[in-house]
Amino acid sequence: MTEHPAAALSCRVDARDVDLDLTIPAGRRVAIVGPNGAGKSTALALLAGHLRPDSGEVRLDGRIVSAHRVPGSPRTHLPAHRRRVVTLEQRPGLFPHLTALENVAYGPRARGTRRRDALARAHTELEAVGCADLASRRPHQLSGGQSQRVALARALAVDPELVLLDEPLAALDVEVAPAIRRLLADRLTGRAVALVTHDPLDLWALAGDVVVVLSGRVAQTGTVEQVLTRPTSDFAARLAGVSLVEGEVVDDDELRTPAGDAVTGVRSELTDSWRRGVRAIATVDPRSVAIRAHSTPAGAADPTSSVRNAWPARVVSVAPAGALTRVTAELRDGQRVHAEVTSRSAADLALAPGVGVMLVVKAAQVALYPRP
Amino acid sequence: MLRTPLPRWLLAAAVVTVLLLALPLVGLAVRIPWAEVPSLLSSEAAREAMSLSLRTCALSTVLCVLLGTPVAVLLARSNGTLAACARTVTALPMVLPPVVAGLALLITFGRVGVVGEHLSVLGIEIGFTTTAVVIAQTFVAMPFLVVALEGALRSVDSRLERTAASLGASPTRVLGTVTLPLVLPAVLSGASMSFARALGEFGATLTFAGSLQGTTRTLPLEIYLSRESDTETALALALLLIIVAAGLMAASAWVARRTVVRHD
Repeated sequence: MTEHPAAALSCRVDARDVDLDLTIPAGRRVAIVGPNGAGKSTALALLAGHLRPDSGEVRLDGRIVSAHRVPGSPRTHLPAHRRRVVTLEQRPGLFPHLTALENVAYGPRARGTRRRDALARAHTELEAVGCADLASRRPHQLSGGQSQRVALARALAVDPELVLLDEPLAALDVEVAPAIRRLLADRLTGRAVALVTHDPLDLWALAGDVVVVLSGRVAQTGTVEQVLTRPTSDFAARLAGVSLVEGEVVDDDELRTPAGDAVTGVRSELTDSWRRGVRAIATVDPRSVAIRAHSTPAGAADPTSSVRNAWPARVVSVAPAGALTRVTAELRDGQRVHAEVTSRSAADLALAPGVGVMLVVKAAQVALYPRP
Repeated sequence: MLRTPLPRWLLAAAVVTVLLLALPLVGLAVRIPWAEVPSLLSSEAAREAMSLSLRTCALSTVLCVLLGTPVAVLLARSNGTLAACARTVTALPMVLPPVVAGLALLITFGRVGVVGEHLSVLGIEIGFTTTAVVIAQTFVAMPFLVVALEGALRSVDSRLERTAASLGASPTRVLGTVTLPLVLPAVLSGASMSFARALGEFGATLTFAGSLQGTTRTLPLEIYLSRESDTETALALALLLIIVAAGLMAASAWVARRTVVRHD
C-alpha cells in the first residue's frame, strides 16, 4: 500500500487570487514562506477547514475533505471540527474562562473522551511541555511563553494528523523564543507539519522542506538547504540573506544581465543545463559587496584590480544594520543588490538615495546556478 | 500624562443635571412615612402585588434569555439587509410607547384578536390573565437582553471559536463551551436590565392585561391605583421599586467591572 501524503492542496480561492498546488508528505515538516498576502494563511485555512476552495480539492491522508470540481456542482466540505488538523498561532488563543488543564482537556472532551480520561491525558500533555505545575492557572496568570506551551499541549492532546504553525514564535520575547522553538522541534518530531514563518532560523530548526509562495502561486519547493542555497526568487534570496541577480549564460562562469552587466562567479554545481543562452541566477552576499564612487566607465572592470565584477548602480536606500550600513542599490535593469558596508565608508561616500555608485564583488563571492 | 483640562462651567452644568435627577427622589424620600413602611408593605394588596411582580418578572426574564439569546447570536453574525430588518424589529419595543405595545398585543392576542380568536376557540384565553402580564413584560424587556448580548457577542474573539472547532468541538459545543461562557457577564447584565424593565412595566400591562388584584395588578399598577386613595402605601411601594432598580443597576455594573478586570 502506498502511503498517502498527510495533506495535499490543489485548489483556487478566487477572492484572494490564490491557486496553490502543494503537498505535505506524511511525517514531514514543510515551511510555507512568502511575502505578506501571498497566500500562506489561505493555505493554512484551507487545510484547517476554515475556508472552502472555489475550485480544486484539499486532501488529508488521501481523503478528499474539500472539493469543488465544476462550478455549480455541489461542494464537498468536511468542517473543521470533523478534521484532525490543529493550529498553533502567534497568539496562543487559550480559552480565558478555563484553567490550563481544562484548556488542554478541551479537545479530548470535544471528541468524546470521558472527563476523567481527558483530564489524565491533559496532565500528560502538560507534563510533556514542562507545564504540569501550571495546571490550575488561568490563561491571564500565564506568561507568553507558558501560554504557548499550554497551547502546544492542547493542540497535541487531540492526536492531530496535521499540525499547522502560523508564526508561533513571532509574538514571543527573544529570550523566550529559543526554548519554545526547541520544544516545538522536539514535540513535533515525526509529525506532519505545515509551518508559516518569516524567520530563517525557524526554517532550519523546525522545517525539512520549504514551499515558497508568491502572489498566490507556488514559486519554488525543495529542502531547506536547496531553497536557501539556490533561491529562485528575491523573497527566498532575502530569507537566505543574499541578493539575487538574474541573467543569461554567456560563458562557463559568466552571465549577463538584461542591461548587459557581466556577472562572473563560481558555479555551485556542474550541470548540463548550464548552456549559453540559458536563464541563470547569481547570488551575492551583501557583506562581500564593496561600493566605489561612480568614476569608472559603465560595465568595465578595473583592469588593475583582481575584482572581476563591477556593476554601475544607483542607491535606492541606506539603512542601519547593526554596526554596518545596509545599502540597497538598483542595477541598470532595476535588479536590486544589497551591500553591507561600514557606516564610516557609507558616510565618506555620501551615500544617499539617487547617488550613482559602482558595486564591486570578487568572482569567488558570487554563486552561479541555472534557473530551474 | 495630564488630560487637557475641561472648561470649568462643565462641572456646574453636570452638578445641575445630577441635582435635577436626584430632586424627585429626595422629594419622595421626604414624604415617605418611614416608620410605617413595614406595615404598609404587609397589606394584602401590597403583598399580592409584590408576589405577582416577582413571579411574572422572574418568568419573563427567563423567557427573555431563552428566546433572546438565539436572536442575539444570529444577529451578531449577520450584516445583511435582512439582519438589519430583524434588528429593527427586535429593538423596536424599546422605543415603542408601552401603551402602543399593549394595544398591539391586545389586538393580536386578545379574545377577538387576530391570533386570540383562534386560541379562544381552543379554550385558551390570554387577555386579562397573568399570562398576558408575562407576555407584555417579555415583549418590552426582550430588546434590553438582545442588544446587550449582541454587542458582547460581536466582540468575542472569533479565533477562539475557530480554535475550539479545530480541537473537534461541534458548532453546538462551541456555542455552549466557548461563545456563551465568554459573554456570560453580558447575559447577566442584559438579564438584570430586562428584569428591571419588566418590573417597571405599566402601560402595556394595563392595556393588555388590565388591573385585577392578584392576577394582573403588578407593583406599578398597584402604585398607580393607590396613589390618591392611599398615598402612603403608594410611596412605600415606590421605595421598594427604587431599591430593587438601584440594586439591579449596581449588580449589573459590578458584573461589567469584574469582566473588564478579568480581561486585562
